Amino acid sequence: MMAMLYLESSKKAIRGTMVAGSAVLTILSVYLAVQFLALRAGGDTSEYLFYSTTPWYQGFLNIHYAVGVDGVSVAMLLLSSIVVLTGSFASFAVENQTKDYFLWFLMLSIGVFGFFISVDLFTMFIFYEVALIPMYLLIGLWGTGPKEYAAMKLTLMLMGGSAFLMVGILGIYFMGSPAGSENTFEMTQLIKTVADNMPMEWQRTFFCLTFVGFGVLGAMFPFHTWSPDGHASAPTAVSMLHAGVLMKLGGYGCYRVSICLMPEAAQEMGWIFIILTGTSVFYGAYSACVQNDLKYINAYSSVSHCGMVLFALLMYNQTAMTGAFLQMLSHGLMTALFFCLIGSIYGRTHTRDIREMGGMMQIMPVLGVCYVIAGMASLGLPGLSGFVAEMNIFLGAFEVNDTFHRVFTLLACSSIVITAVYILRVVGKMLYGPVQNEHHRELTDATWWEKVAAFGLIISIAIIGIFPGWVRDMISDSLDEIVKHLN
Amino acid sequence: MNYNQFFVMQPEISLAVALILMLVADLFLGEKSKKYFQPFALAVFAIHTAYCILAGNELTGATETAGAQAFAGMYQTSKIHFFVKNMLNVGTFITFLFAYEWNKKENVNRIGEFYTLMLSTLFGMFLMISSGNFLLFYIGLETASIPMAALVALNKKREESAEAAAKYILTAGVSSAVMLYGISMIYGSCGGSLYFSDVVKNFTSSNYQVMAMVFFMAGVMFKISLVPFHLWTADTYQGAPTPVTAYLSVMSKGAAAFSFMVILWKTFSFSGVEPSTLAWNKILWWVIIVTITVGNIFALRQKNLKRFLAFSSISQAGYVMLGLMSGTAAGMGSMIYYLLVYLFTNLAAFGVICNIENKTGKVGMNDYNDLYKTNPKMAFVMTLAMFSLGGIPPFAGCFSKIFIFASAAQTGEYLLVFLALANTIISLCYYLYVVKAMYINHSENPIPAFKSDKMTLIGLTICTAAFVFMGLISPIYEMILSWSFGI
Repeated sequence: MMAMLYLESSKKAIRGTMVAGSAVLTILSVYLAVQFLALRAGGDTSEYLFYSTTPWYQGFLNIHYAVGVDGVSVAMLLLSSIVVLTGSFASFAVENQTKDYFLWFLMLSIGVFGFFISVDLFTMFIFYEVALIPMYLLIGLWGTGPKEYAAMKLTLMLMGGSAFLMVGILGIYFMGSPAGSENTFEMTQLIKTVADNMPMEWQRTFFCLTFVGFGVLGAMFPFHTWSPDGHASAPTAVSMLHAGVLMKLGGYGCYRVSICLMPEAAQEMGWIFIILTGTSVFYGAYSACVQNDLKYINAYSSVSHCGMVLFALLMYNQTAMTGAFLQMLSHGLMTALFFCLIGSIYGRTHTRDIREMGGMMQIMPVLGVCYVIAGMASLGLPGLSGFVAEMNIFLGAFEVNDTFHRVFTLLACSSIVITAVYILRVVGKMLYGPVQNEHHRELTDATWWEKVAAFGLIISIAIIGIFPGWVRDMISDSLDEIVKHLN
Repeated sequence: MNYNQFFVMQPEISLAVALILMLVADLFLGEKSKKYFQPFALAVFAIHTAYCILAGNELTGATETAGAQAFAGMYQTSKIHFFVKNMLNVGTFITFLFAYEWNKKENVNRIGEFYTLMLSTLFGMFLMISSGNFLLFYIGLETASIPMAALVALNKKREESAEAAAKYILTAGVSSAVMLYGISMIYGSCGGSLYFSDVVKNFTSSNYQVMAMVFFMAGVMFKISLVPFHLWTADTYQGAPTPVTAYLSVMSKGAAAFSFMVILWKTFSFSGVEPSTLAWNKILWWVIIVTITVGNIFALRQKNLKRFLAFSSISQAGYVMLGLMSGTAAGMGSMIYYLLVYLFTNLAAFGVICNIENKTGKVGMNDYNDLYKTNPKMAFVMTLAMFSLGGIPPFAGCFSKIFIFASAAQTGEYLLVFLALANTIISLCYYLYVVKAMYINHSENPIPAFKSDKMTLIGLTICTAAFVFMGLISPIYEMILSWSFGI
């Protein structure tokens, strides 16, 4: 909350202010996490901590500006603040209209932070949309390649998702409360009342609507097509924030709204989405293998990893769902690292085609090593965050022992191998091997701000990889209630 | 005769006084003192606006929602009537501010006509809003329509202007003929009275009566430019002088929509019956879908901004009609709030267009390329207006859309809401075209930097402040809601 206020006041930021602002933001989120853990350790078991609510619109619609955090959202806030901080370092390369750039970038961050702290469905929806629209201008103005097309496609598809969402939210509002009592958007109350009061057929409808709505943002097959184009055209920091955080909004929303509020419908209709997300895990990984553009490779790998997040959420057991959130964290950090490095490399070579690059390790060793580390995190090397996440997911997924789930789990598992294929392919072609273009020999290695961004992310990845316990417990505790409900 | 009843007609009387003052001033001001006419007119109208707001406040106690009436129910008023009239007053005042420069440059010889004609149409709208009898409604409608045709043709030098006026007056004539036919059928079948309160007692939804109602609806739909009675809109909007277009798209639409709502609810509905079973509701369901879709699809391809906003306003009118579906106070409140937000937003867009047209004579969308580089302020206001029209938070346009959707969803019209939401995506697409033109496209020959006149700037500031902040603060909507009434 304090973080929010800070963001509002630093709107006129240019580089320095931006970095200072996001550094403060990161410190605040860490402070929040520490406080949160302390309170939990002190035995405070209320569902949301730091909960506060103010009536906003009354009369016809009962809207509150309600905010609060539980373990899951604290983890997400940490992730977002780290990505925003490193993102602002990575955007030092933006030369034209810097002020406007950071202004829209901040608006995007406000949306993201607001989304994670909202406890009221309406506020949540508003923040969701606030996060979407700056993307259009950020990609359209500062992007590269077919940026207008990509920006338009991304905006329209995501807004399409929000149309599904809006209907779902209104449905939950009007049907989710017991007759005679006042309707509410507040999730703390809805979670108790929706399941008993809404007719089952409507629950099914609204579960599907909201899941698809958030699934679009979570790049669920077949609604993922905005993601590769969008990521490829966006400027570095925007790709980072987008792949790193914005796509997590989808998974988080699916959990918070669709699964938590309508658990019975989730049990019944989950199979549809298991098929879809299983497909995106597999399909994303395969598509990444045949791409030659670095950003496309990572965009498809994001599709695959984000599919994994949704897939794990649909397993409905504690291990897999914890894994889903760990995967969000891990994927957020490592994709941000990937896009940050790709941005730096592209800024020097002016090409992202891996066929035209080679021997980069000799030319820019720091960037090269960082890239290898990111790759290793992505394919799940123990000691880095990817391993922890995928371990949890697949352990959890195997707990569900019927043929249908087994088949899809195996399918999803196989994506680990494919991930290794495309990561190593890039590393081999781009970083090692002979130098393809003699001009590349004159290029310089990372500047200090690029190093700060990359090292910051690597350290975070390593922390989660080596000491996953605290995050896992934090997330897993918050899932207790809902998992009990689901089984 | 009870002369006290004139007291409830304060807005009309005050407007009539203002109108007469302007007529007299126009007659007696000499050639030299002509330049004082505009400030004088603005001042008079400002006093009138302020007076109406004060007069509205005096209405207290039982008359607040139940309302007061005059001439045996011929004339009706209540808080909400006052609110709509005040809204129109403010809108007209802003239009006058935008027209100030245009009047000085292009309309030198007919300044007086401009103001008096504007006020007479406004007078007609006031009568429409407050009518309790079909006759008064008809008189109001004609008083609003006929001077409007003169206003559209005000620019004698442009052929388009004359063409636009001819189109307008011909369609207006035919549609009011159809409407009169409907009214006479209502008179014949509903007990020989045209008072709303009498008609409702005798309205039984027999086929004959429904046919009468459809004829009547056709006449009003022309005024609101709902499909299939929208064909005049694009040409008239394009040909008319821009301030007049602004007025036409906002004020005349708003007044007609409000009185349409009152008449449908008061005369063609039965209280205690599900609104979705009423005849007009079924008709409107289709009209809304078709209007929104047709408006959107045609707007996609427009290159002339005035024409573009004409189609956009057709689709917006479709959204406005969503407020009628529920038949509850929430529906009325949401519709009026929607109109209020739409008024400020659309006026801001027209203010920019009008300003640029005055300075350079350009209205094509391609002329706006690179506007951001030369006139960042105008581009910024236009962007915000487009975002608000497209329903993007945190601007008021988003909130008003959500409220009106919620009011329709309240009675279970989820399919309608979903279709309308899907349409917002198309609309977002073309609103973004304008943004794209100003920010992303490049131009060899952009609109040169210019200095705007004070009046336009004041108008734009009012509008922008209104639609940026109105969504974030709730009292306005709550106030409207508390005055609204349902079937």
